[in-house]
Amino acid sequence: MTLGTVRHHVRIARPANEVWARVGDAAALHTWFPGITDCHVEGTSRTITLGTGMQMPEEIITHDHLLRRFQYRIATPIFQFHRGTIDVLDMGDGTSVVVYTTEADPRTMALAIGGGTAGALDELKRQLEPNEGAA
Amino acid sequence: MGRKILFITTDQQRYDTLGCNGGTVARTPVIDGLAAGGRRYERAHPQSVVCMPSRSTIITGQHPSTHGVWMNGVALPADAPSVAEVLREAGYRTALIGKPHFEPFLDPFARFAENRFAREGMPVPHRGFEHFEAATHGGQGFLHYARWLAANHPEAVGMFYPVLDMALEVNAMGGGQTGAPQAWDNAIPKEWYHTDWVADRTIAWLDSLDADDDWFCWMSFPDPHHPWDPPRSEIGRIDWRDVPLPAGYQEDGAAREAVLDGKPRHWRAWYDGRLVSNYEAPLNWVPAQMTADQVREVNALNAVECELIDEALGRVMAAIAARRWDDDVDVIFTTDHGEFQGDFGLLFKGPYHVDSLMRLPLIWRPAPSTAAGPATITRPVGLVDLAPTFCTIAGLSAPEWMEGHSLPVDDGDADARGFERVLTEWDSALFGVDVHLRTITRDGWVCTAYLPGYSHDGTEGELYSLVDDPLQQVNRWDDPAVASLKSDLLADLWDHQPVQQRPLRRIESPV
Repeated sequence: MTLGTVRHHVRIARPANEVWARVGDAAALHTWFPGITDCHVEGTSRTITLGTGMQMPEEIITHDHLLRRFQYRIATPIFQFHRGTIDVLDMGDGTSVVVYTTEADPRTMALAIGGGTAGALDELKRQLEPNEGAA
Repeated sequence: MGRKILFITTDQQRYDTLGCNGGTVARTPVIDGLAAGGRRYERAHPQSVVCMPSRSTIITGQHPSTHGVWMNGVALPADAPSVAEVLREAGYRTALIGKPHFEPFLDPFARFAENRFAREGMPVPHRGFEHFEAATHGGQGFLHYARWLAANHPEAVGMFYPVLDMALEVNAMGGGQTGAPQAWDNAIPKEWYHTDWVADRTIAWLDSLDADDDWFCWMSFPDPHHPWDPPRSEIGRIDWRDVPLPAGYQEDGAAREAVLDGKPRHWRAWYDGRLVSNYEAPLNWVPAQMTADQVREVNALNAVECELIDEALGRVMAAIAARRWDDDVDVIFTTDHGEFQGDFGLLFKGPYHVDSLMRLPLIWRPAPSTAAGPATITRPVGLVDLAPTFCTIAGLSAPEWMEGHSLPVDDGDADARGFERVLTEWDSALFGVDVHLRTITRDGWVCTAYLPGYSHDGTEGELYSLVDDPLQQVNRWDDPAVASLKSDLLADLWDHQPVQQRPLRRIESPV
């Protein structure tokens, strides 16, 4: 297996519970992930629609509100393995860090998806900190 | 009405593939004719030897450390400085037709504008281009050529070599008649191949202009970059059995390995199949297993692609003449970086700063109305100098953000304006393997300093005399006889190397 791992993080000046309310809403991914235009959840199955129009089925494998961890895998044959992990960490000062990790085989897909996850974290911060930097 | 600019780039083309530069395999009479009537540069280097950083340098007139596209997969921001925008604001009509690659191609989320234009249109000029039609190396994907092919000749989409394998790595699969990697028998008719498409679309855009328009057209051919899969109908132009082995290819394996062992260790590690440090070379290909016949076939197919480009350019020049513009058109021909093509027993490209990848064809045929005479320029110049050159042609001052200078018209001009050195840089990071090179070429020497990385501790380097060792086979980095020279070159390198923009822009995709 040639597993590729890509990890991005962002610090957000909002409490962890507030950030988790967005990140932990599995059906709302398309509201903060640029390049995902739609998202539909049924049980532990999620289907996302990409900006290319392609639909991609996913399986939710962890959805832990206490740990503030969301994990999923893309369930298409092109992947020998995929796991996306989003952790929201409470920094104890009213801010939080969101870590988005992509593991994939083929490893190249980790890079292609990982760029998208970095853009998603940027967008999440932009949405949750609308007034930051406006002083 | 001013001078119009036809700017032609190819992708991954060596200096010695043109007849005017001493090439003997491909016939390139159109480009040779431009060179005969214009300026031929013998020491033109890219500022990066991979596509996205190099193309970003061309459009911005900045070194990679400044524009921030430090590797393939790092996107040039849409609002980055652009010489096309400078020209457009000055009243030029502007177009880019062919391969752009300022933004990643492998883009499953369609996050990047250049991958959306074919489907969604381009509502406003992009990077200064009012017209934008994109193509790359095959028939699949989201770009204009792929959509055109799918709509008009769907049976041809699958005829190209699959550039990526099932694991989305650069494909190592062999083909052609020798099993050479990325060699392929492509059944596509010549008229549907991307080289002809780029010329057709260029002619169509030129035909849409008014007679008195000033225009800047970047015609960007995806070839002769691998895969080497020109149309089957054209393969018979050059029999690979008749192609001489490149001077830089040592037939004797032991001699070849001795040359590699004189270089920093990642050279031999790649050759032996122990380390692929960058995405641009196939992960599952071992260069040491390449045969001499495979080298011949790759060179033959590459030459066929160069001939097709030359002929396509000839059609565009004829169209320009038909519009009675030819006296007022400056033509500049170059490429983004080179290709090993068998040198040192290698193919493709990577962190290897030698002439195979750095010495580029560069021709500037000034508008005949300027009555400029032909010249051969031997002093070092860079692709970073192109953007200010376009400004000069248009009668504009180069903006301060451009780091290059308008190309010299002859060696005297080069000396008067300080064309002494050219810099090339490499940074890559791929799943824990990082490589960082900084290179200066001046006074007939090429000197590369290695910064600490996965395979290097920061003490390694390469130093070659381009006069005594034109194939760069003897690394003199540790030769005490040239220690003082090395010290001077390194001092000059660090004096002129732009400070790298930090934090580094992130990698968005492998390519």
